[in-house]
Amino acid sequence: MKKTSILALTLLGSLTLGAASAQTSLKIASISPLSGGQSDLGTQIKNGAQLAVNEYVAQFKKLGFDLSLTGYDDQADPATGTAAARKIAADTSILAVVGTLNSGVAIPSSAALAPSHVAMVSPANTANQVTDRGLKNMNRIVARDDAQGPAGANFMVSKLKSKSVYLLNDKTAYGEGLVAEVKKALQAKNVKISGDEGTEEKSDFSAIIQKIKLTKPDAIYFGGIYNQIGVFVKQLREQGVMIPLVGGDGLDSEQMVTIGGKGSDNVFYTTVAAPADALPSAKKVADAYSKTYGKDIQGFGIFGYDAAKVVLQGVLLAAKDNGNKLPSREQVETAMRKVRATGLLSGTVQFNSMGDRKAAKMYIMSINNGKFSLNSTLNVKAPVN
Amino acid sequence: MDFATLAPFLVGVVISGLVLGFVYAIIALGYTMVYGVLQLINFAHSEVFVTGAVVGFEIFRVLNGVEMNGYLKLLLALIAAMVASGLLNILIERLAYRPLRNAPRLVPLITAIGVSLILQDLIRIIEGFQGRFDLTYQLPTGFSTPFCGPESSCAGVGKFLGGIGISLQIKEVIVVLVALVSLAALNYLVNFTKLGRAIRAVAQDRVTAGLMGIDANGIISLTFLIGGALGGISGVLFGLKFGTVNAYSGFDPGIVAFTAAVLGGIGSIPGAVLGGLVLGVIQNLIGVTNILGGALNIANLGVIDSSYQRIGAFLVLVLILIFKPTGLLGRSNVEKV
Repeated sequence: MKKTSILALTLLGSLTLGAASAQTSLKIASISPLSGGQSDLGTQIKNGAQLAVNEYVAQFKKLGFDLSLTGYDDQADPATGTAAARKIAADTSILAVVGTLNSGVAIPSSAALAPSHVAMVSPANTANQVTDRGLKNMNRIVARDDAQGPAGANFMVSKLKSKSVYLLNDKTAYGEGLVAEVKKALQAKNVKISGDEGTEEKSDFSAIIQKIKLTKPDAIYFGGIYNQIGVFVKQLREQGVMIPLVGGDGLDSEQMVTIGGKGSDNVFYTTVAAPADALPSAKKVADAYSKTYGKDIQGFGIFGYDAAKVVLQGVLLAAKDNGNKLPSREQVETAMRKVRATGLLSGTVQFNSMGDRKAAKMYIMSINNGKFSLNSTLNVKAPVN
Repeated sequence: MDFATLAPFLVGVVISGLVLGFVYAIIALGYTMVYGVLQLINFAHSEVFVTGAVVGFEIFRVLNGVEMNGYLKLLLALIAAMVASGLLNILIERLAYRPLRNAPRLVPLITAIGVSLILQDLIRIIEGFQGRFDLTYQLPTGFSTPFCGPESSCAGVGKFLGGIGISLQIKEVIVVLVALVSLAALNYLVNFTKLGRAIRAVAQDRVTAGLMGIDANGIISLTFLIGGALGGISGVLFGLKFGTVNAYSGFDPGIVAFTAAVLGGIGSIPGAVLGGLVLGVIQNLIGVTNILGGALNIANLGVIDSSYQRIGAFLVLVLILIFKPTGLLGRSNVEKV
C-alpha cells in the first residue's frame, strides 16, 4: 500500500513538474554477505561503497540523476547471490554492481547479470576464473589468485625460509584455487610439500593437527576464511605447534584474533585489500567511516569504496558519451572497460580487455600479539594487457 | 615411516577420537531417548544442543573477569545450559510434537525439521542483535594447559601422551569426566529408579502404561527434559573443547550424533554411547588414512585425506546396517500379531 502510494506520488510529481526538473533515479547495487559468518567483511564492502556514493550524489544531481546504493545480501552463498543478481537484473534502474566478497558467489552472479549487461566491479574476488571466463560485464580492482598464491609462496621461501610446507584448503573455489597456485610456486622452488588436503570441518581438526605433528613442516599454508582458520589455529597452538601459518585475504578480519585468541600469533596473510594505515590517502575516508558506522574501516571497506568509485566514474563516462543523458546498461558496461578511474585510495584503476586491473598491488600482513601490521608490499601486473 | 613412529601416532589418534566420541555420545543420547518413547527423530535436537552451547558461552562471557573458581564457572554454565535446553525441549514437544501425536509419522518429522530451522535463525538473530555471530568461549585460565605438566604427579602420563604426539588439555579431561558422570547418572535414573521404570514402560507401550496409572504425557515431557538437559551439557562440552560455536554449529555434530544413535541401535542408551565413541574414533582414523597409506606403501590410500572423514563415518553406518539392521546394540522389534 505504502509502496504504491509513493510510486503514485513520484509519478504525479514527474507529470506535474515536467521532465526538466525531475530527477531520474539511477541506482547502483552491492552484493556481499550482510548476514552470517562473513557479514563482518561483507558489511565493510557495502558501507565503503555507500561512502563513495555519498561523495558523488551532488555531482549526479547536477546531471539530473538521483543516485542511490542498494545493498543486497548474498550470505556468502552462491545460490543466494545468484538470486540477488536476478533481482538486480530485473530492476532496470540499477546500472552497475559492486560485489562480491566470495569468488564462488561472483562467478554465478556475474553470469546471471551478463545477459542484461549489468557491469560488475569486484572489490575482493581473486579466483582466476572470475575474469578468465571472458564475461564483458565482470571486472575486478584486486589482484588475481595467480598473483596472490605466488606472493604467499615467495614470502614463505624468502622471508620465512620454509623448507617444507603443509597445505590446507577449505574446499571452496577460493581456497582450492589459491592453494593450487601456492603449490605450483612452492614446487618450482623445490620446497617439500609435506601434506595437501581440503577440509570443510568447522570444529574438530584433531586428525589434521596430528598429521602436522607427525610430518613436522616448517610452515602451514591454509587457503580459507578466518572463521574456519581461527578455530584451526587455536587448536593447533593448544597442541603445541607454533610454526607460522600463512593464508590469503580470507584472514583479513579482526575476527581472526577474536576467534583464534593467542593462537593467531605468528600468522601471516597476503591481501589484495590494503589496511587503512598502509595507505596514507585513506585517512579521510577512514575517519568518515568510523564517524558514520562507529567501527574502524578494514581492507574490504577501502576496496568497497574504491570499487564503487570506479563504478561511478564509469557511469559518468557512459553518461558523458551519451550526451549527459541516462546511459543504457550496455553503454555502462563498455565504459567500465574504458574508464581510467582516479582519486582512489589504492591508486589509479584501468581494466584490461579481460576486466583485470592493469596494475594491482599485493600486501603481506602479519598478526602478532593480536595486532595487525604491514610486513611488505608487492606490485603485480595483470597477465594480459 | 616405520612402525615405531606410527604406532604411538595411531594411539594418539584413537585417544583424541575417543574424546570427540564422548561429545557425540551425549548428543546421541538426546536423539535416542526421544526416539525410545515416541519413535520420533527429534531433528531439532541439534539446535537444543547449540542453545546449550550459546547459554554456556553467555555464562562464561558474563563471568569473564569475575574472581571465581574456574570450575565453579563451569558448573554454573553446565547447570544453566541444562535448564535452558531442557525447558526448550519441553516447549518444543508441547508446541510442535504433542498436537501431532496421532498424525502420520512423516508429519512430526517435517515439523521437527521446521523447528530446527526456526531455532537456528532465532539463535542467529538473538546473538546478531549484540553484534556477534561466531561465539568464542572465554575460558578460565588454566583450562587450556596440558593435563599433565612435567612436574606434576602424573608426569608419567604426560610424558606418555607427549610421546604419542598429543597433548590432552585440562578441558578435554573435563569433557570426558563430565560425560562419564552424566552417563552414569542417566544410567542410574533409567534403570534403577521408579521414574526410570515409568520411562521404560512408556517406551514399551504408551497406551498400556497409561492404563497402569502412569501419566504418559508427563513421562514424555520428562524424557524431553532429560534429553534436552543432555543436549545442554553436550553443547557446553562442545564449546569447551572446540572453542567456537555459532547458530549453525549444530548441524554437523547433530548429523554425526544422529548417525551414532542409529549405529548403536536407535532407542538404546548404551548403543548411543558406543555409536558415538565408534564414530569419533573412525572419523579420526579416516582423517589420517593418507599417512597410513604412505607408511604402508599403499598408494591408493594416499588420496583418502581428512576431507573424507564424514563420508567414512556414513560408509561405516551403511555397512553395519546392512549386516545388522538394528544397529550394534539395538534389539529387533518383534511384531506381535
